[in-house]
Amino acid sequence: MAQAAAKSDYQGRIHNLQKDMIGRYYANLTAAAEGKGKKAIYMLISGNPVELIEAFDMLPVYPEVNALQLAVKKQSLPLILSAEEMGYSTDNCAYVKADIGMYLADRKTPFATIPQPDLLLCNYVGCNVYLQWFEHLAEYSKAPIYNLDVPFFRTATPDPLEEDVNYVVKQLEELIEMLERMSGKALDYQKLQRIMQLSGETGELWSEIKKLTRERPAPYDAYFDSVMMMAPLYCLRGTEDGLRFFQEACKEMKQRADNHQGPLPEEKFRVVMEGPPPWPFLRQFRDMFSRWGAVSIASTYSGVGGIWEFGFRHDPQRPLESIARHMLQWNVTNRNFMQRYKQLKDYVEDWGADALVIHSVKSCRLFSAGQGDMREYFTKQLGVPTLLIESDLEDPRYFSEAQLRNRVDAFFESLEHQRHLVAK
Amino acid sequence: MSGADSCLANAVTKEEAVATTPVLESFKLSEIFDSCREIAQDTEFTVAKRWLEEHPGKKAIGCFPVHCPVELIHASGMLPLGIIGAGNQIEVTYADSRFQSFVCSIVKTTLELGLTSRLKFLDGMLFHSICDPARNLSSVFLRNFPDMFVEYLHFPQNFASPLARKYLESEYRRILDGLQLRSGHAPTADDLNRSIGLYNRIRAGLREIYRIRAVTPHVISAAESFVLTRAGTLMAPEAFLEMLENVLAELPTRPTRPKDRIRVVLEGSFCELPPVGLIETLEQAGCYILDDDFLRGWRWFTEDVPIQANPLAALAESYSERSHYSGTKHDSRETKAAHLIKMVKEKKADAVVMQAAKFCEPALFDYALYRKALDEAKIPHLLLEFEEKTWIFDRARSEAETFVESLLFD
Repeated sequence: MAQAAAKSDYQGRIHNLQKDMIGRYYANLTAAAEGKGKKAIYMLISGNPVELIEAFDMLPVYPEVNALQLAVKKQSLPLILSAEEMGYSTDNCAYVKADIGMYLADRKTPFATIPQPDLLLCNYVGCNVYLQWFEHLAEYSKAPIYNLDVPFFRTATPDPLEEDVNYVVKQLEELIEMLERMSGKALDYQKLQRIMQLSGETGELWSEIKKLTRERPAPYDAYFDSVMMMAPLYCLRGTEDGLRFFQEACKEMKQRADNHQGPLPEEKFRVVMEGPPPWPFLRQFRDMFSRWGAVSIASTYSGVGGIWEFGFRHDPQRPLESIARHMLQWNVTNRNFMQRYKQLKDYVEDWGADALVIHSVKSCRLFSAGQGDMREYFTKQLGVPTLLIESDLEDPRYFSEAQLRNRVDAFFESLEHQRHLVAK
Repeated sequence: MSGADSCLANAVTKEEAVATTPVLESFKLSEIFDSCREIAQDTEFTVAKRWLEEHPGKKAIGCFPVHCPVELIHASGMLPLGIIGAGNQIEVTYADSRFQSFVCSIVKTTLELGLTSRLKFLDGMLFHSICDPARNLSSVFLRNFPDMFVEYLHFPQNFASPLARKYLESEYRRILDGLQLRSGHAPTADDLNRSIGLYNRIRAGLREIYRIRAVTPHVISAAESFVLTRAGTLMAPEAFLEMLENVLAELPTRPTRPKDRIRVVLEGSFCELPPVGLIETLEQAGCYILDDDFLRGWRWFTEDVPIQANPLAALAESYSERSHYSGTKHDSRETKAAHLIKMVKEKKADAVVMQAAKFCEPALFDYALYRKALDEAKIPHLLLEFEEKTWIFDRARSEAETFVESLLFD
């Protein structure tokens, strides 16, 4: 039987801390847009050298984060439509369309004015759309672009090939030369090491936070709450603010774990969530699971900028090499299905989950194309109950609330039924 | 004598040419093109299988789009075959449960070929970094066909850096190491250069076909050139070279007359193959397709790959320095739109047809920038979305006819 929609979010201290810190981050963007700030380096989330950008005292700007903020604030559709009017297809990634729409509307958003790029640093980490996205921004902004080519993790080896690591490290050296020319200053290596230390400690804390959901009940929802904790991980990684946020978050989550406090009154089902969330409908989507007492104990989307819970750390003793490994291996998007399946399997087994929920999004073929095979593997090979549902991460037109709720209800009803049968 | 000159000469003595040409000769070209069309639509790979039977012990490797370094496969003693979807020839029953509705057809029909055991005769498949669905497809193949040699080649996208070439050379080395394990033959530099030489001749022949089309488009249609090129990806290169040379020998004396059509450059069809009927529809609607990017990967190089002591370096360098612009190549040194406009001016085309496969992310993204650039350059353009599995071309015909009329009567 479905529970009445339970209160499923927490209003902890970290929620306000995040609002405050990200607010300041966006104020810095607006200052840069008004010519009063640092040089703006556009980058992508999925494994990037933000530590280098911080070392040069430049400002990291993330079109993906801007796009998702627009969707959360339900501002993405008009921008998507204006991009489609210009010739972008309904089948192109809506993150890009919303961002291009926003760029061409003088880069004004409700949360900041986004500065023009001084450099488009396209860290090509798995997602092919990244290459198109920044190619288009280069055309509109006429800003210089650097395609930081990160070879796909395509071998069945435990680590990426040495040739690949060397290729990426050498490109990072090229990037440093470029940033030195832009800033007029040489790289302060010790500053970089301190920043790497901050990133390393941040990663350690994030990893601890992630492992807390092995507890029963999980102290927070590793999908809906994790994705809200991601912004500081991307926008503030390598900064004192960023570290402070995760210190607070870790303290808070540990406290909740010690008090056996979960996000729901009763944790009835533990699920692993695969895929990006439907940003324009986070609340409604969350409620579909909360009403069944279903809590996420792990998610892949929260690892899209980096995976730290399996031991990776940014290393101040080998800055460029560890940045390269982060981009090559320790994130979701540069991994092939075999590695992604293994990661999900590890979550199911080591964190203890009852089911896998695959949220397939139309915009993102990197995540979604072929998730039917994922479902096949988990149900047929591993015997893990798996639900595959579809909507979109940015475009509100692809969310059919009633249909989705029916699918979710049917799935958990059947899981509940199975439990009763087993209990008998 | 250039193709154009010989055609002009023909136009003057056309009556005599038709009267004195033996019937068999004037049918030879149409025989070749008919046979190519059959091969292009054969999802049982009959020609390739026959070759394998005639050469016992030999193996074949499938090449998914866009560009595949086929010389590596050939030099290892194996037959490279273009596995490029199944067009409108098969029903998709199994692959639909693996790939969603918003994924392009070629990914699904290629998987379907695998899931219906039509690819059992292959020893392996090579996939390449062209887009996200194709990359995921390689993972699905890896998991579902464990007996196959499945590899994924990551092409560099950092063209502005000299590092990219060294990287690609080592990537080619890695693929070659895998291939030779499968074939049992480790190619020498001479083996590689022999394969490069052979494919150079094929590519030169195809460039000549395209040159003839651009200058005298009435001599060979885009549909004919398409099935010819496609057939070439489904047979032994030695046999294809012979066929190609026969076609080139016959073309100058082909009795045809120019028609009143608009001249277009076609772009966006570098991966999923359009149905032949669609190409014919465009032509019949009043377009001479002077240039296109059909099977772009198999016509990747703009000139011969140099024969040198280090063949892998020659191939790696040629990948970026002697190649066409393409939807899957993000060379920040010059925009694709600039290349497209240059092509339009070179071929003296009137317009551009952007023929993108449905759901093809790279092509559809390119369209937004092409459209902007073509508008600024005042070059008329038409966007047509297609699916490889279409049978009915009425809508495409009416869109194309409307477009042609708007240009002819402007």
